[in-house]
This record gives sequence, C-alpha cells and structure tokens, in this order.
Amino acid sequence: MLKQSDIILTPEGATEDAAVLALEGITKTFPGVKALSEVSLRLVPGKVTALIGENGAGKSTVVKILTGIYQPDGGTILVNGKSTTFPVPQAAADHGVTAIHQETVLFDELSVAENIFLGHAPRGKFGLIDLKAMNRKAQDILAGIGANIDPEHKLKDLGIANKHLVAIARALSIDARVVIMDEPTAALSHKEIEELYELVESLKAQGKAILFISHKFDEIFRIADNYTVFRDGQLIGDGAIADVTEADLVKMMVGRDVSQIFPARTPNPGETVLKVAGYSHPTEFEDIGFTLRKGEILGFYGLVGAGRSEFMQSLFGITRPSAGTVEIDGKTVQIKSPADAVENGIVYVPEDRGRQGAILDLPIFQNVTLPSLGRISGRGFLKLAEEFKLAREYTERLDLRAASLDTHVGNLSGGNQQKVVIAKWLATQPKVIILDEPTKGVDIGSKAAVHEFMAELAAQGLAVIMVSSEIPEIMGMSDRVIVMREGRIIVELADRDLQPETLVRHAAGI
Amino acid sequence: MLKRFITSREALLIGAIVLLLGLISSRFPGFVTPANLANVFNDTSPLILLAVGQMIVILTKCIDLSVAANLALTGMVVSMVNVAAPGLPIAVILAIAVGLGTLLGMFNGLLVWKLAIPPIVVTLGTMTIFRGIIFVISDGKWVNSHEMSPTFKAFPRTEILGLPVLGWIAIIAVIVFTVVMTRTTLGRAFYAAGGNPHAATYAGINVGKTQFWAFTISGALAGLTGYLWVSRFAVSYVDIAGGFELDVVAACVIGGVSIMGGIGTVAGALLGALFLGIIKNALPVVDISPFWQLAISGGAIIIAVALNAQANREKGRIILKRAEQAT
Repeated sequence: MLKQSDIILTPEGATEDAAVLALEGITKTFPGVKALSEVSLRLVPGKVTALIGENGAGKSTVVKILTGIYQPDGGTILVNGKSTTFPVPQAAADHGVTAIHQETVLFDELSVAENIFLGHAPRGKFGLIDLKAMNRKAQDILAGIGANIDPEHKLKDLGIANKHLVAIARALSIDARVVIMDEPTAALSHKEIEELYELVESLKAQGKAILFISHKFDEIFRIADNYTVFRDGQLIGDGAIADVTEADLVKMMVGRDVSQIFPARTPNPGETVLKVAGYSHPTEFEDIGFTLRKGEILGFYGLVGAGRSEFMQSLFGITRPSAGTVEIDGKTVQIKSPADAVENGIVYVPEDRGRQGAILDLPIFQNVTLPSLGRISGRGFLKLAEEFKLAREYTERLDLRAASLDTHVGNLSGGNQQKVVIAKWLATQPKVIILDEPTKGVDIGSKAAVHEFMAELAAQGLAVIMVSSEIPEIMGMSDRVIVMREGRIIVELADRDLQPETLVRHAAGI
Repeated sequence: MLKRFITSREALLIGAIVLLLGLISSRFPGFVTPANLANVFNDTSPLILLAVGQMIVILTKCIDLSVAANLALTGMVVSMVNVAAPGLPIAVILAIAVGLGTLLGMFNGLLVWKLAIPPIVVTLGTMTIFRGIIFVISDGKWVNSHEMSPTFKAFPRTEILGLPVLGWIAIIAVIVFTVVMTRTTLGRAFYAAGGNPHAATYAGINVGKTQFWAFTISGALAGLTGYLWVSRFAVSYVDIAGGFELDVVAACVIGGVSIMGGIGTVAGALLGALFLGIIKNALPVVDISPFWQLAISGGAIIIAVALNAQANREKGRIILKRAEQAT
C-alpha cells in the first residue's frame, strides 16, 4: 500500500539509487532503555555509508539487527525494496549481509581456508569437504583482494590485519552484497589502514554496499560517500558526505536537548588524597600522572579503547604496571592486588556490572558486605546481624528499593544492581572511588539518582574518579577532565574550558 | 519465607523422596520401617560425605573426579597400617585417614591454583595416579577381613541410638559443613568465587586459593570415607569404589548444585545423595533387574538436570515479565 507521504519522501523518485538493504522506522527497546527509536538507514550498492555516533548512540544495536542477532520491536527491514525479517543470523547471511567486527569473530584453530568457507565449504564425493577445491578457491579470493596469505595456515598464526583480510575474504566467499565494517581500523597500523582503504575501494567497485562504522573523522571523509548520524538511539541526520563538514558532523553527534539535569555543585576541593606519577604498562597505557583532591570529581574522557579502564584496573591492582608510583595522603603505597587497593582506600566500580560487579546468585546483603567481611567477621565466622546492619545502612543511603535484603541481585533491575555494586564499595569506607561508566545501560530515572549520589559523595569529602564516554555526563559532573587517547593523557581541561567539540576533537585526534 | 521454602529445590527433592518412598511401600511395605530406613541412610552415608565435599568443589566452578580413588588409596593405607600395627587406636587411624586424604586434596588444589590446569584434567590425572599408587603399595593384593583387627572393623558399625557410627558421622559432617557454608567467610568465598569469579576478584577474594580450599575439604572427606568404607566392607583392594565419583557428581546434580558453579547447598547435596541411595536400595527389593536399575538411576539424573535447566530458563522469563510491567 502506497501512501501519499511515501512519494513525497523520495523527491528524486526513480533517479535515486535503490537501496539494497534499508531499515525503516526501526525501534528496539531493552528493559528500561530505548536503544533505538524509529531509525532509518539506507545502504546503496557501490557506496560507503558511514554510521556515526557517540558511544551508546545505538550503532551496535543497528549492526545486530542488520545481522539477525537482535529482532527489532517495530519497523521494517527492506531487502531490494521488499519487506523481510532476519529471524536468525543465518537469514541475514542468506540475504548477503555480512559483518566484519571490531574483534574479528573467527576461529583461531582452523585454517584460513576453513575460516573462509565455514558453513559453505565446497563438497566432493559422498558429501565430504573437498579440501583441494576449498584451498584453491580461498587462494583465488585472497589473491583477489591482494592478500598474500597461505590458505592452509592456521588463523592464530596471522596478525590482526591479516585476520581482517580473512574476514573480508569470508564476506566475499558468500557473495555478500552488504558488508558491515565495525571500526575496522581500530587495531591497525597506518600502512594497514591504507591497504584497507584500497580494499574498500575495490569492494565498492564490485558493487557491494558498505556500512562503515568509525569514530575517526579523517577516515570518514576519506572513504565514505554517505553518512548517517545517530544520537541517543535516534536518527539525527543523513545525506552525502560531500555536503557536510567535520564541524557539522561533530555538532550532530554531540548537540542535544537539555533533557538531562545535573545536580548543582559547589566544588570545594580539600587536600590532595591521590597522586599518580609515571604509571605505565607494556601494552595498554603510558606515563599516566595526575593528582586528585578530596571532594573533587575528576572525569576521564576518551573513545572506547583509549586505555582508561585498563589504567583504572591497574590502579586497582587487577593488572600490574611496569612503572609508576601511587601516593595516598602523601605516602607511597604498593598495590599488588585488589585487596591491597581496598585496604588503602581505593575502590573500583567496574563498567561491566554483570561480569565484574555483582554476584547475581547471592542476595543483596551478601553482595554488599563481600569486600568488608574481614572487618565485620570474627575469626572467620560471619556475624549476620552486623552484615544486615551494614547492608541496610548503605542500601538505604542509595535509596535501593527491593522487597528484602535477601533478594537475589539477579532479580533486580539494572539500576538497582548498579546501586548494589556502589553500596558494596561505599561500605568499605574508601577515600577514592573510581566509577567506570557509572550510568551505562541505566535508565534515565536511575541516572539522575546516580549523579545526585556522586555529587553527595564528593560533598562528603570522597575523591571521585569518573570514567565516562558520555559527553553530557562528563560535562555535567566533572570538576576537571582528563582526555585520554591511545593509552596516553592528551590534555587536562578545567571545568570552564569544557566544550563538547573540544572533548571530541582531543579524543578523536582531529 | 515459607513460600520460598516450598518452591525451593530442597522442598521439591523432599517431595520427590516422599513420593518415591510411597511408591516403594505400595509394593514392599517393609522398606519404610524405621529400622530399614536407618539402614538405607547408613548405606548412603559414604555417598553423602563425598557429595558434601564435591558440592563445595563444584560450587567453585571445579570438579573433583579423584574422590573415589582418594578414598581407595586412603582405605588401602589405613588397612595396611592396621595389618602392620593392629594395636593402633582408632583415633590415630582416623587422623591418618583424614590427614592423607587432605594431602591428596591439597595436591589437586595446588595444581588447579598454581598451575591453572583445568580441574577436570587435574583430577582425571590424579585419579589414575592414586589408583596406580594403591597397586604399587599393595602389590595388587587384597587386605581381607581376617587380616584386619576387630576394633578396626567394629568402629563404623557400632550402633548409637539405633544408627551405626557411619551414619552419625554423615550427620555430623552435614551439620558442620552447613555451618561452614552459611556462617563463615570461607563459605561465603566459595559462593562468591563460583558465582562470579571476576566480581569476587574485584572484592579482594583470591579465587584460586578458594578453589584450593574446596579441593582440600573434598580430599579430607574422601580420606575419612576411605577408612569408613574399608572397615565397613572389611576388605581393601585396588578397585574399591570404582566409578563411585560419578555417583557423587550425580548426587550433587540431583541435589540442585549448578555445574556452572555458584549455586548449591549442603542440604541439596544430602537430599540428592539420599534420593540416589533410596533408588539403589529399593530397586533390588522391588525385584527390578540390575540392568534396569542402572537405567533408572541414569534416568533420574537426566530428569534432575532437565529440571535444573528448566528452573534457570524460568529465571529469564521473570525478567521479561517485570520489563512488561515497567513499560
């Protein structure tokens, strides 16, 4: 059924390039979070479409819908103009949609040829896999994209760039019409990136539609033909890349309605409580140094993979640094394990609540008291009354609503799980609290509560480090911001110097 | 509180056990007399002791396949000690059994903790090593009833209030480990380390060390059971309790211990062991062929695992329902 509005939407009519794959009005909701709200996306043969947005804008959700991993709650997927669904990942593959992920999803122990042809290997006699034909075909495809890789080598012997080439070869082997590249250059060297660009050009020439997800503007302007910008799960703008400037895209990415209100604070920093100098790790970060004062909120901004969480984990004793010193209250301390960190008054609320934060099979009170058990037990025996007292005190301070402290954490909402994790760390009575993406995956209502609480902690004299990839949060909460890129501190900005554009420029290196 | 108990895994198992006893008594009323039930409990005691230890190991995301071999080795050592020094008091024999079992368990635990070898590989290896050691020290010979001293054989069979000492030891172990698991920091660490090793690490718990202690406890219980086993059956040889480790794991699984770690109770392990013990004792009485007995035990295990999986799936549904309410 064709409505009047449909016709108006495409003024160029038949002259516009037909999309091989398109999303229209796609909505996806997770408990408490609307990840996508009526977004559209058009992928055209022979064109590179850049998908741009901050972390949490909904880019990965779109990729998962395009590849059949998630099912949309509303809207349509169009393949060559015909409405269809991708109930399982295989259905997306059957329609020629293939994704090359940030971390390539391949099999280390299989050969290159087996990786390329897994699931659709050429068959010989009795339906057995024809190894010779498979290796020959793999060789042809690899040669076609200029990759000098032996198809019989095991994948684990290849470098990351060659693994990407294998992933691309796999995409070609299933006659892909749509290739999704999710931050393909994140782990590549300069030379490898140049080779990737050439490859993208050759894929374009072969008439593939390419969805290119990247944070790097130089890349986007170098190879993209079209752009689509998402912000907070909504489509903000799309069009030809030739019609926009970097500044336009940055504005679309970060500009937003003032829907979030942050607590008013009067920062009153006290004496220095934490001093880090020359903190380095062989592969993850280098020469990190800063000071932190009582009652201060220090924001750490950067793109995903900038080394912020890795540094924090090292500071907390999960990994060992190769160099550097930590001073607490003017005294140099050695932190070799999380237990040492807790003892010295540093606690870390990790980003990944499910994996690193709470123990879902244990009740609330046992989660809250876990790091404090040494303090409130006697000779290895638990004191249940004291446990409940401690747990009640801190869950009440956080306004955690649950039927009882006996409730298993797995039965709580995301926001409440976050509160359990924060209560757990506050119960250790720390001096420095590190909050890694404190409101990621948390609904708007709980977000405000977490922010309010953070302000309250600082007002009480706790030193807060907040790692966040959300610009409004960084701007709204921090007294100072450190921007990290590629494992180094790029700049330290005072509150008055904070501008969204400045943050994005430093973080992305443009 | 009551509602939670009724819907709990333990209540379900008690129901199943009562149902099972009802079914058996309809065919063979003599089975449910107090004397016979005490007999069945006594007979199941070794399984209970090992299941409690195994439960703790599984709780920490590990598995101990060497328990039966540990039992056999400890049993052989104490039998040979008894033959060599018949006058040794039972207390010393018990100390040797528990001590040796503990050392064997610690060996497993150290390999898992310090070398980070997967527990199934470690204990598969030590299982074979322990059996090999029995052969070496015994020369493949049996220690028979007439070689053992009367006091050595009498200890587990001494009746107190109608229940032999063997049964009482199982009851004491259940009580002690219920306290350990619910009232000590170590018990809490077992749950935390298995429930979410990453979160436990962040909370300052040494996960490897916690696993080491789980293997140590499992070893100690296996060693204790080793003496009880050889003295009760009044025989010791290389292959005693062969394959018993699988019954122990099965008892845990039936008792609702999650093979993924983090979920399980001493009561669950006890009830799982009792369920298996009743089936094994009742089936011969109601005249079912030995082949069917194995099939029925196996069927019970699969049903228990299926119920567990079902219970876990239900968890997911609840989240969705709440999400519906929220929107």
